[in-house]
Amino acid sequence: MSAVVIEDVHKRFGTVEVLKGVSLAIEKGQVVAIIGRSGSGKSTLLRCVNGLEPFQSGRIEVVGHTVDQDPKRLRELRKDVGIVFQSYNLFPHLTVGQNIMLAPRIAKGMKDNDALALAKEVLAQVGLTEKFDVYPDNLSGGQQQRVAIARSLAMRPQVMLFDEVTSALDPELTGEVLLVMEKLAREGMTMLLVTHEMNFARSVADITVFMHQGKIWESGPSEALFSAPKTPELQAFVGSNLK
Amino acid sequence: MQFQFDPVFAEMDLIVDGIVLTVLLSAGAIVFGSILATVLAALRSLGGRGARLFVDCYVELLRNTPFLVQLFMIFFGLPMLGLRLSGTQAALLAMVLNLSAYSTEIIRAGVEATHKSQIEAGMSLALTRLQVFRYVVLQPAFAKVWPALSSQFVLMLLASSICSFISVQELSGAAAIIEQRTFRSFETYIIATLIYLVLALALKVFLLWLGRRLFPQVSGLERVDARAEAA
Amino acid sequence: MTTFGWPEFMFLVRATGWTLLLTAIAFVLGGIAGGALAIMRLSSRAALRRIATVYILVIQSVPVLMVLFMSYYGLALAGFELPPLLAASISLGIYVSAYLAEIWRGSIEAVPFQQWEASASLALTRAQQYRYVILPQAIRISLPPTVGFLVQLVKNTSIVSVVGFVELSRAGQLVNNATFQPFAIFGVVAALYFVICFPLSRLSRHLEKVLHVSRGH
Repeated sequence: MSAVVIEDVHKRFGTVEVLKGVSLAIEKGQVVAIIGRSGSGKSTLLRCVNGLEPFQSGRIEVVGHTVDQDPKRLRELRKDVGIVFQSYNLFPHLTVGQNIMLAPRIAKGMKDNDALALAKEVLAQVGLTEKFDVYPDNLSGGQQQRVAIARSLAMRPQVMLFDEVTSALDPELTGEVLLVMEKLAREGMTMLLVTHEMNFARSVADITVFMHQGKIWESGPSEALFSAPKTPELQAFVGSNLK
Repeated sequence: MQFQFDPVFAEMDLIVDGIVLTVLLSAGAIVFGSILATVLAALRSLGGRGARLFVDCYVELLRNTPFLVQLFMIFFGLPMLGLRLSGTQAALLAMVLNLSAYSTEIIRAGVEATHKSQIEAGMSLALTRLQVFRYVVLQPAFAKVWPALSSQFVLMLLASSICSFISVQELSGAAAIIEQRTFRSFETYIIATLIYLVLALALKVFLLWLGRRLFPQVSGLERVDARAEAA
Repeated sequence: MTTFGWPEFMFLVRATGWTLLLTAIAFVLGGIAGGALAIMRLSSRAALRRIATVYILVIQSVPVLMVLFMSYYGLALAGFELPPLLAASISLGIYVSAYLAEIWRGSIEAVPFQQWEASASLALTRAQQYRYVILPQAIRISLPPTVGFLVQLVKNTSIVSVVGFVELSRAGQLVNNATFQPFAIFGVVAALYFVICFPLSRLSRHLEKVLHVSRGH
């Protein structure tokens, strides 16, 4: 039973078709990276998986949840699927600790003491224990993103989605975030990440998927995909992204 | 509860004259008020400390006192200085000054939103500061603040009703007279209210159309494509 | 004919007190109604949305003077003979409710959509989203325009003499009718309004600056 099943998904924005029949299966504990140019549909695909974007046809199932737009089912889904956004989206009026404790307390009904302990635990996981009572405004981008990861981890998800989480960061801050993600991968988290960090995809992701014009153009084990791209489009993409 | 609209409709010529005067006063206020506001905005942007202080005081004074009091000042106060204006003249002057104060602030916001690089480009082409203001800054500034300016114009149309306090026979003044004559208070004022509603909506639509003609803008369709791009 | 002396000045000052009282009552009444209207405006039920939209559109497209007359004569028809303060308060309250509803709706819509997405992705219900994430931010956003509107309200109390209430502007007219010194009298009247409105305007601008500093992601 795969953790994530995406079957022949089609999605339109108005008259523009962004996903043209995408199918993908992700096993438990696998790390899958999605790469591709802007407009290839990669972020849209990710956002379909946790229901932020509706899709017109096809099927998505994640750890036993069928993805549709029913609010109750979506909420249940989102207790098991976490997402980290490119722009972190921390709640500015709450401290780091409050940001992390909010959902466990009010969506899962956790008691305050338990939520506090949990928050401290996940914050330690991302290496920011001392920032518990700080407001997001006073953190660097890298620190805010790590808090965002901790906030999602506090829900104890079975699958984690990462939407270009280092794209908005200054180069010297991406490292700390990638380190946390690598640790999660080693600990066995099922991860689906849209990324521009080719080296990260190559070394940490089990499978890499290359998307082009709304379709999965090539996919396979990361090392093989990067060292021997089969299609000219991927060859051009890898070539232009060589660091 | 019997409603009698006939006595009110019998005074239709008063109503029509009232509508005409309301429209004329508002149009005059909008045109002259905008010109004055542009001059004041230019003065504030290009002038020295004295000019800036003058414009700021002018704006703060007019925006922090009621229009009615300004009207009274002009109508009752100016004669003491030897300048006796008719009700309609005083009304127009008060509306022009009042609108100019609000519009100056709005236009100024648009002017200050001009990117520095635009001004630098203009100056690098050997234009004077006034020329840069007029040819490079002003039109984009107007385009940016047209919605806010339009709202202000509609508010001024509605504020013309206050001129009835000095017996100007625009629509509200006409309504007051009709009410006195016919004693049909509710009927009179509901008709006046409906007419104002139509006038205000018509002005909104007109200003929307005018804005599109003067400043061709980005349509809503762009947003959909932008989302697709970010996919 | 009297001169504009100390008793006349105190009369104006007392009238200022009435202006402030009227402002406060109208603001509270209008605020409660405005809040309800804002919720209706954002409701998922189309009927509620339409009612609120039409109400707000109509009130915002007619002069405050007409709102005053319509509510005064409307209430009279329904059999209510209200004392001037109450009549003025209710009428102004209707005017206030429409404008505050728009301001507050705009404030809620100004909370970045990413905050909705982030809170939804954490499995919060709609009510929980509003209570813990959206409204705290919306309230901060709404402060400058709400205070700014308060200034408008103070100025609009100047016309309630049409329903028989004597506030500052009417008091000025009365004193002027007795003393015929319009410049001095309306100058003082203007100054009294200015003393109330200017600090509020400054506060609104100050709040706007403070809020622009703390921007979340």
